[in-house]
Amino acid sequence: MMRRRFLVLGGAGLILPLAPIRPAHATPAEVAALIAELVGDAPLHDARVKLDLPVMVENGNSVGMTVSVDAPVGDVRSIDVFAEGNPLPHVLRVRFGPRAGAPHFATRIRLATSQTVIAVAKLADGSCWRDSVDLLVTLAACIDN
Amino acid sequence: MVRVLLNIPKHVKRGEAFDVKLLISHPMESGQRRDDMGQPIPRDIINSFVCTYNDEEVLRADLFPAIAANPFLSFAVTVQESGTLTMTFTDDHGVVQTETASVTVE
Repeated sequence: MMRRRFLVLGGAGLILPLAPIRPAHATPAEVAALIAELVGDAPLHDARVKLDLPVMVENGNSVGMTVSVDAPVGDVRSIDVFAEGNPLPHVLRVRFGPRAGAPHFATRIRLATSQTVIAVAKLADGSCWRDSVDLLVTLAACIDN
Repeated sequence: MVRVLLNIPKHVKRGEAFDVKLLISHPMESGQRRDDMGQPIPRDIINSFVCTYNDEEVLRADLFPAIAANPFLSFAVTVQESGTLTMTFTDDHGVVQTETASVTVE
């Protein structure tokens, strides 16, 4: 009886140190919560925002991304980009000032794994618009060696 | 201090949007990696970017660790008069760096 208990305890001891301290990836639920916080109780529709990302990504360390909004630049309050599979899901927040020429922004991002990337634009009238891209990442951005 | 490559058109038309492209040499260490000894490498990124034209804001961006190393940023500006484009970066150490470029309106 004692030996069996010892085996069980020993087994638990082997497994516990392997348990991660912090999950390596965010979850879609976490991202949904972030978006809900951003949007509030405003309606959120899949239109007017265009998130331009390759569907097949060879190298997740540097992925060209363009996000643009189909609205006058003066009406766009903010653009946010979230990556569901990254350890830290928030990628970018852009706010435009009176001198902005067009509501678009391009940069290069890191992607930890194959995942869905979501862009949310908030307009001055309070409405929110989103676009998402499901993509496949062949070589992930290095999170941990 | 970081090195910045800036690309703007030589001449721009009044009231017409033009693209500004920036390439910043910065490691953008995400804070998610470990070194050879297994120690976490501390986060070191440019977390804030602000662009103004003649002291009026063009855009401000909050950058997170998901921005790739040596960040490339591109956006559009509309100007009515010649002036100075000012770009300010802030990194995790609180170091602020400012780059300027003069824009001539035809």
